[in-house]
Order: sequence, then structure tokens, then C-alpha cells
Amino acid sequence: MLMKRYINIVFIILIFAISSVQADNVKEGKKLAFDRKKGNCLACHQIGNGELAGNNGPPLIAMEARFPNRIDLFNQIWDATKNNPNSFMPPFGKHGVITKDEINKILEYLYTL
Amino acid sequence: MMGNINKIFYILLFVSLNIYASPEDDLTDFQNYFKNKFPNTEFSDYKNGVYSIDSSSREQWESIEEFPPYEINIEQGEELFNTPFKNGNTYASCFKNNGIGIRQNYPYFDEDKDEIITLELAINNCRKKNGEKPLSYYRGGPMADISAYMAYTSRGKIIDIKIPNYKAEEAYEAGKKLYFTKVGQLNFSCADCHVYYPGTKLRADITSPAIGHPTHFPVYRSRAGRMVTLHERFAGCLNRIRAKPFKAQRDEYKNLEYFLTYMSNGLEINGPGSRK
Ligand code: HEC
Ligand code: HEC
Repeated sequence: MLMKRYINIVFIILIFAISSVQADNVKEGKKLAFDRKKGNCLACHQIGNGELAGNNGPPLIAMEARFPNRIDLFNQIWDATKNNPNSFMPPFGKHGVITKDEINKILEYLYTL
Repeated sequence: MMGNINKIFYILLFVSLNIYASPEDDLTDFQNYFKNKFPNTEFSDYKNGVYSIDSSSREQWESIEEFPPYEINIEQGEELFNTPFKNGNTYASCFKNNGIGIRQNYPYFDEDKDEIITLELAINNCRKKNGEKPLSYYRGGPMADISAYMAYTSRGKIIDIKIPNYKAEEAYEAGKKLYFTKVGQLNFSCADCHVYYPGTKLRADITSPAIGHPTHFPVYRSRAGRMVTLHERFAGCLNRIRAKPFKAQRDEYKNLEYFLTYMSNGLEINGPGSRK
């Protein structure tokens, strides 16, 4: 049926569009994580191929395995002092250093690690 | 990452620095804490700041110190120091021992004025007393040069800061409190970087231990291309954590300097110094 074919095509385009948005988010997330004015996560964590990484936080590797619940990872970045009141890691979301939206993009990137 | 032993030490340190501890007890705890954290560093070497714990950058720094970038500042400082004011007096008239070899006595608590007197403040007080305009505390310049010269004549003298009375102890406590309080948008205390995590890397920077900070100030910073006083350095660290810096010579900084210098009791003056 012509109608069914149509739907299929729309569907394929949609998937294509979503995955390219996702790829964009990963790219943007990486940029936000490395940017000194934004996440600056590299100041403290070894991350992928990032240069001049700091070493006072744990390396960000195997994120999927260590953070199966996305919300846990989100919360660690939103407000690290929740888990550890003396945390060395800034409460990025709570103190308005980066937005919710930006943290979600950083998550997209972190889950590729 | 911090080992458990280190964690225990820092909890002990924090507790003992906060409850009933006298400044003398604080000093012992503080110095023992660093002794445990950096067992390979000689106590006397803390005067060298980050280079006392980071051997990788030490060699390059030592070669810079062979032809020190602050030499010209010492010379200019000496000339300024010896140039009479309009009334014919000189700086020497305002200081013990004519201002030579006295850096280690600053800051001190003035019991008549109930006020901490830093070296830079004393320099400006001297100018005022002699009818001259005060020098700016910012961007190096004549203030930093005179301070550098006075530090230079004091090299090798041992810091021995006193806390003479209750008012002085209050100022010390206020400085200690600020040192351990998280501030700014990025939520750091001075202690986070200089007590709990010194020796770790923040990008390409390694943070120095909190003891030995005031021994070598003012400092020629190659990044700034000029001399930087201790209070300007405090402001630099506060800016970095996106906290509002205080004005130079305000109580907050004077208290910080008093606490920090007391924690360096027993170390040599080796200023001025050079840093990245
Ligand atoms: C100034 C230092 C610093 C910065 C900047 C920093 N972190 Fe952290 N981070 C730490 C430390 C230290 C820990 C260890 C846990 C603690 O002390 O709270 C940590 C823990 C974490 C953890 C938990 C890791 C684990 O294995 O349990 C994650 C995930 C994380 N950070 C992600 C980030 C991301 C993403 C950014 C940037 C948006 C970032 N961090 C920026 C210092 C930092
Ligand atoms: C986020 C980390 C961080 C925080 C928080 C921080 N500093 Fe620093 N500080 C540094 C770094 C990095 C340097 C340069 C390397 C070094 O330690 O010498 C430095 C250098 C210094 C120096 C000069 C050391 C020298 O030998 O020349 C002083 C003094 C100092 N800080 C005092 C403070 C005070 C006081 C505070 C709090 C108001 C503070 N710092 C907060 C990271 C920090």
C-alpha cells in the first residue's frame, strides 16, 4: 500500500533526524565538558582524549556500567555535595554554572565513554 | 584519589582545628598533617611553595631563580626605600632596625590599635605619617618593589608570629574560618586546594601546600609579567573560584594573612620569589 510505504519513509527520516540530533548533542556535550568556562571537567578528571587533564577526581570511564541510572549521573553533576558535603567537585547545576539542558548534553557525551 | 588514612587525617585535622584548639595546637596539627601527607618533604623546604612537593617543575624553576626576574624590582625598591620624603625623613625612620631584616615580624597584632599590621600597610602608614600619599596596593608597582626589597633584606630570618591577646586570637580565628569556608559560584574553600588536595593537578596547575605561602611574597609572576603582592594573590584565587574578591588590606585579607603566616612559623623568609 502506498500509505504504508509513506509511513515507512517518514519513519526512517525521523530516526535519521533523531540520531543526528543525538550525534550533535554528543558533540556539544563534549565541548561543554572540556570548556574551561563551562563544565571544565578536564580540570579534575581524565576524560577520553582530553589534554592536560587533572587528577583529583576519578577518571570518567565505563560510564554506562558504573551509572546505569541516568538520574544518578545527572545528580552528581547537578550537585556533588549531595553525595559528599565536602566534595571538591563544584555543584554545577545548583550554583548555575551550567543549565539542566547543558548537563543533559554532557550526559550524552559521557555515555559514549 | 585520597587514601583512607589521608581521609582520617583530614577529618582529624578539621575537627581539631575547630574545637577548643589553641593556635599552638592548630600549628602542631597543621604541620603534622603536611608531614604525613608529604613524608619526603623537609619542613624547611615548604618555603618553596609548590616546588617543595613537585619535583617535575622544580628544576625549571631553579634555573629561573639563577637569573631572577625580580632583581630589577629589588633594585627599584631599594632606591625608593632610601629616597627621602619631602619632609626629609625616610622609610627607615618608621621601622625597627631601620627597616632592614624585619619582614619576618609581619603581620603583627598592634595591641594599641587592636589591628593587624601587614608590611604593606606599615609602608603606607609610614607615608601618611610623613605627609605623603599612600601607594596603590594593586598591579605591582612601587608598593610591591619596596615590599620586595624589604623581604630581600630579611632572607634567612625565621617567621615567628605572635598572638598576644584575646582580640588577636579573634582575628586569627576569623582568618582560619575564612580559610576553611566554601565560597563562590564554584564552591571552594582555600583549604580545598591548599590543605586537602595539594599536589594534585587542576589541568596543568599543581596546588601548593598551605604552609610556606607567605615566606616568599611578593612574587614575580611570569603569567602577569610583574610583581604580585600576597593580597593580590588571594584575590586571584578568589576570582578563579568565582567569588567576589575583597579589597587589599581589608580585615578579611589581614585575618587570612595572620592565620596563614602563623601557620608558617618556623620557616625562613625567602622572598621575593618567582612563580608561573
Ligand atoms: C574541581 C574538581 C572537579 C571538577 C571541575 C569536576 N569534578 Fe567530578 N569529581 C571530582 C571529585 C574530587 C570526585 C570524587 C567524588 C567527590 O569527592 O565528591 C568527582 C566525582 C565525579 C563523578 C563520580 C565518579 C565516580 O566514579 O564515582 C562523576 C560522574 C563526575 N565527577 C563527573 C564530572 C563532570 C561531568 C564534570 C564537569 C561537568 C566534573 N565532574 C567536574 C572533582 C571534580
Ligand atoms: C580551585 C583551587 C584553588 C582554590 C580554591 C584556592 N587556590 Fe590558591 N592557588 C591555586 C593554584 C593552582 C595556585 C598556583 C600554584 C601554587 O599553588 O603555587 C595557587 C596559589 C596560591 C598562592 C601562592 C602560592 C605561592 O607559592 O606562590 C597563595 C598564597 C594562595 N593560592 C592562597 C589561596 C587562598 C588564601 C585561597 C582562598 C581564598 C585560595 N588560595 C584558594 C588554586 C587554588
